[in-house]
Amino acid sequence: MTVTAPRGPMGAIAPPPEKNGLGELRLAMTHNLRTSGIYVALVALVALFALITGGASLSAGNVTNIVLQYSYILVLAIGMVIVIIAGHIDLSVGSVVALTGAISAITVIKYDMPWWVGVLAALATGLLIGAWHGFWVAYVGIPAFIVTLAGMLLFRGLTLFVLDNVSLSPFPDEYGVIASGFINGWLGGYGYDVFTLVVFALGVVGFAVSQYRSRKARMGYHQPVPPLSLFALKILAVGVLVMAFAWKLASARGLPVVLIMLAVLIMAYTVMMQHTVFGRQIYAIGGNLAAASLSGVKVRAVNFWIFVNMGLLSAVAGIVFSSRTNGAQPGAGNMFELDAIAAAFIGGAAVTGGVGKVVGAMAGGLIMAVMSNGMQLMGIDQSLQSVVKGLVLLLAVAFDIWNKRRAGAH
Amino acid sequence: MPDYILEMRSITKSFPGVKALADVTFSAQRGEVHAICGENGAGKSTLMKVLSGVYPHGSYGGEILFEGEPCEFSGIRDSERAGIVIIHQELALVPHLSIAENIFLGNERRGRGGLIDWHKTQAEAAELLKAVGLNEEPTTQVGQLGVGKQQLVEIAKALAKDVKLLILDEPTAALNDNDSAHLLDLVRQLQARGITSIIISHKLNEIEATANRTTVIRDGQTVETLDMEAPDVNVDRIVRSMVGRDLESFYPERTPTPGKVVLEVRDWTVRHPQQDRLVVDGASFEVRAGEVVGIAGLMGAGRTELAMSVFGRSYGRFISGQTLMHGKPVAPRTVAEAIGRGLAYVTEDRKQLGLNLLDTITRNISGAALPNLAKWGFVDANLEAKLARHSMDSMRIKAPSVQSVVGKLSGGNQQKVVLSKWLLTGPDVLIIDEPTRGIDVGAKFEIYTLINEFVESGKAVVVISSDLLELLGTCDRIYALSGGRITGEFPASEANEEKLMTLMTKEKEAIG
Repeated sequence: MTVTAPRGPMGAIAPPPEKNGLGELRLAMTHNLRTSGIYVALVALVALFALITGGASLSAGNVTNIVLQYSYILVLAIGMVIVIIAGHIDLSVGSVVALTGAISAITVIKYDMPWWVGVLAALATGLLIGAWHGFWVAYVGIPAFIVTLAGMLLFRGLTLFVLDNVSLSPFPDEYGVIASGFINGWLGGYGYDVFTLVVFALGVVGFAVSQYRSRKARMGYHQPVPPLSLFALKILAVGVLVMAFAWKLASARGLPVVLIMLAVLIMAYTVMMQHTVFGRQIYAIGGNLAAASLSGVKVRAVNFWIFVNMGLLSAVAGIVFSSRTNGAQPGAGNMFELDAIAAAFIGGAAVTGGVGKVVGAMAGGLIMAVMSNGMQLMGIDQSLQSVVKGLVLLLAVAFDIWNKRRAGAH
Repeated sequence: MPDYILEMRSITKSFPGVKALADVTFSAQRGEVHAICGENGAGKSTLMKVLSGVYPHGSYGGEILFEGEPCEFSGIRDSERAGIVIIHQELALVPHLSIAENIFLGNERRGRGGLIDWHKTQAEAAELLKAVGLNEEPTTQVGQLGVGKQQLVEIAKALAKDVKLLILDEPTAALNDNDSAHLLDLVRQLQARGITSIIISHKLNEIEATANRTTVIRDGQTVETLDMEAPDVNVDRIVRSMVGRDLESFYPERTPTPGKVVLEVRDWTVRHPQQDRLVVDGASFEVRAGEVVGIAGLMGAGRTELAMSVFGRSYGRFISGQTLMHGKPVAPRTVAEAIGRGLAYVTEDRKQLGLNLLDTITRNISGAALPNLAKWGFVDANLEAKLARHSMDSMRIKAPSVQSVVGKLSGGNQQKVVLSKWLLTGPDVLIIDEPTRGIDVGAKFEIYTLINEFVESGKAVVVISSDLLELLGTCDRIYALSGGRITGEFPASEANEEKLMTLMTKEKEAIG
C-alpha cells in the first residue's frame, strides 16, 4: 500500500517548507487529514452511534453482525471502485447478484449437486455476464451506463425466469458456512477466541512493517514523509482500533469465514491496483483515455477485463448473499448497485474517473454499513434511514469537491 | 499627461505557500495595443484574473483604476459591465450552438416578454461577423469552425458587449500563420475604432509587429514597460528583460552528423476516420540517425495525422504505404507495437493527449514504458522511482518531488515530463509534434537542448511545428506538407520562411 503524496498548494518552484518542528507537524497533520478524512469520519461515526445507543452498537454481537450483514456490499464495492476509476459505472450488479445466487441455488437445491458445484456455476455465470458487458462497452463502444442499465433489466428478468418467480431454499449446511461460518476455538481462550486475536495481531504487525518500509523507501527518494511522531501515532491508532475490533469478534463467535475472504480480496485487489501493470493502466485510462491509448495501453482489453472482474465479484457477492439468506429469491440484490456505487464515491473515487482506492471504497462501504446498522438499532423508520443515507452520500461528495477546490485554488 | 484607460497600482496576490504577484504596476493608454510578456509562471494570467474580477476585490492587494474610477469587481459580470472583456487561451464557446447563439450567450437580445428576439440576434450577429471579417452564416455551428475562426467569434462576442478594453490571452498560440496575421490585423482595426487591447503572448515577433508598448513581468513583479517605437527595442531586448539575462540565441548550436536511415515512410496514404477523403496522400520521407528532420505544414495539412498514423495507426483509416525501420519493413498496427519497434510520438496537445494530469510525475513518466518495468505483470516500484528520479534530474524538471501531481506543473515542466516518458521507452526515432507550444522562452531553449542531446547519441528526431523559425532553428532537413502531400524538401541551410511558405500553400489553400 502506498501513501498518497501530500498535495501541497505550493507552486512548482516554491521552496520546501521550513523545518521547524511544530509548523511541520501541523502541516503534516492537515495533509494527512485531507487524505485520511474518510477514515476519521468512519471512526467518528462509530463513536457517535456508540454514544447514542449507549454502547449497544459496539456490543460484540452487533459488531459481528455488521461484518456478516454488509460483507457482500463490500465485495461489490471492490469491483465497483475499479469500474469507476476507469471512468465507467455498473448499474447491473444487484441483478447479477440475484442471477448468480439463483443459478447456484438451482444447481445445489434443485439438481442436488454438491455445494461447490453451485459455487463454480455461479462464478462461471458471473464471468460470462462480465464478458457480455465488457464486449459491449469495450469492443462496441456503448457507454457503460447504457450497457449495464440494460443488463440490470436483462439479468433481473432472467432471474425471475430461471426461478419461475418463486424462492428456492434451503441450502445444505455446508453452503451456509460461506456467509455464516466462524473459525473459533483453534487456539482456545476463555470466553474469547485466541486465534482471532492472533490473526489480527499479525495483521497489525504486517501493516506497521509495510508502512514503515514504504516510509523508508520514500525517504530514500527524498520524498516528503510525515514526522516520525505522527507516523507512530497513526500506526498506534490503527493498531488500537483494529485490535478493539478483533476483541469484539473474539468475544462473540470468533473469526467469520466471510471476513477472511474479504480481507484476502481487499489485499489482492489493493496490490493489483497499485503494483501491477494492469492496475496502473486502469488509473491511466480513467485519468486520460486519449493519453493512455497513445501510450500503448490496450484500452479495449483493459476495459473488457474490468467488466469481467466486476462480473466475477458480483458472483462472489451473489454466493455470499444466497448463503446468508439460505436460498435464492427473485428480488435478491435489489438496489445493491447503489450501495456499492455510494461506497466508492464516499470512499473518495472521482466521478470523472482516474481517482479512487480500494481501501477508500471499503471505508465508504463501512460508513454506510455503520449508519444503517446504527439507525436500525435506534429504531429509526426505514424511510428516514433512506433520507439520511442519501444526504450523507451527497455531503460526502460535496465535501470532497470543496476540499479539492480549496487545495487547488489557483 | 497621457490618457490612461486602465491603471493597476502595486497589485499583490498570494496563494497558500506562494506569492503569485509581488508588486505589479501597469497602465494602459486609451486606444493602444499593450503587450504583456513574461515566462510561464511570471504572473501574467493571475494579473488578468485580478483585473477581470475572477479573483474578487479584497482577495488581492493594491488598487485598480478603470477610466479614472476605482474598481471593486466581485466577478466577471462586473468587469464586463464596465467594458473589460477577457478572451482566454482555451476558448469559451459552446460547440453545439450556432455562432449567433454563442455571440449573445449570457447577453441575449430580448424582445417582448423577455423572450429572445431571434431576428435581432441574427441581424446583429451578421453585422458583428462582418466587423471581425468572418465570412460565415450566423446559424453555423461553432464546432464546425476551425480554431482561427472560433477566435474571431470570441472577438465578435466581446464586441457585442460594448468592449472598451479587450484582453487576449495567448490569442495566436493555436493558430497558423495566416490566421494569426488576420487576427492581429483585426486587433489593429479595433484600435482604429478606439478599442484598447492587452495581448499576452509568447510569440515575440508578433508583439514586435503589433504592440505599441510592452510590459515585462518576471517573478510576479513588473520589470519595465518598453516603448515599441523606440529604436533599440526588439525581440532580443524583450527576451533579455523576460529572463533577466542574455540568451546566446533561441536555438542551441549542434553540428549535424547524419548516419544511416533509421525510419523510412513510403507512399503513405491515410483516409479520414469518418469522412471519405484522404488526409495523407502518398507521403514519403526518411530520417537518418543523428538527424533532426522537420515537417512544415499549415493547420489541416495532415502533419499530425501523418505522424499519428505512422505511430501504430493511431489515426484514421490506413490505405496503403510502407514503413521501414533500419531498412527492414515493419508494420506496427498498434501503439504498443510501434513503441516496441522503437518509435515514440510526443503529441501536440500535452494536456488532452499526453499526460494524466491527476497522477504523479513518476507515474506519468513510467506510463509508456510500464510493461518494461514489470516482471510477471508486477511493476518494480524501486526501479520505477529510480528512473523517474533520474529523468527529473537529467531533464531538469522543476517540481517539489517526483510524487508531485503533474497537473500543478508549469507548461514547460509538463512538456519535459512528456519527453521523459517517451525517452524512457528507449526510442530510435522520436516524433515531436509542436515541441514548445505554450511554454516560455527559457524552457524552450532547454527543450531544444534536450532534442540535441538525444540526436547526438545517434538517435533520430522528427519535429512537427507551426513555428517556421523553430523548424529553421532546430532541424537539419525540412519537408513541406500541403493537403496531405509532401510538396518539397530542403536542407535547413537552404530553406527560409518564404520558400517553405510557398510550398506549404502549394496546390490548394488549407481550410480553416
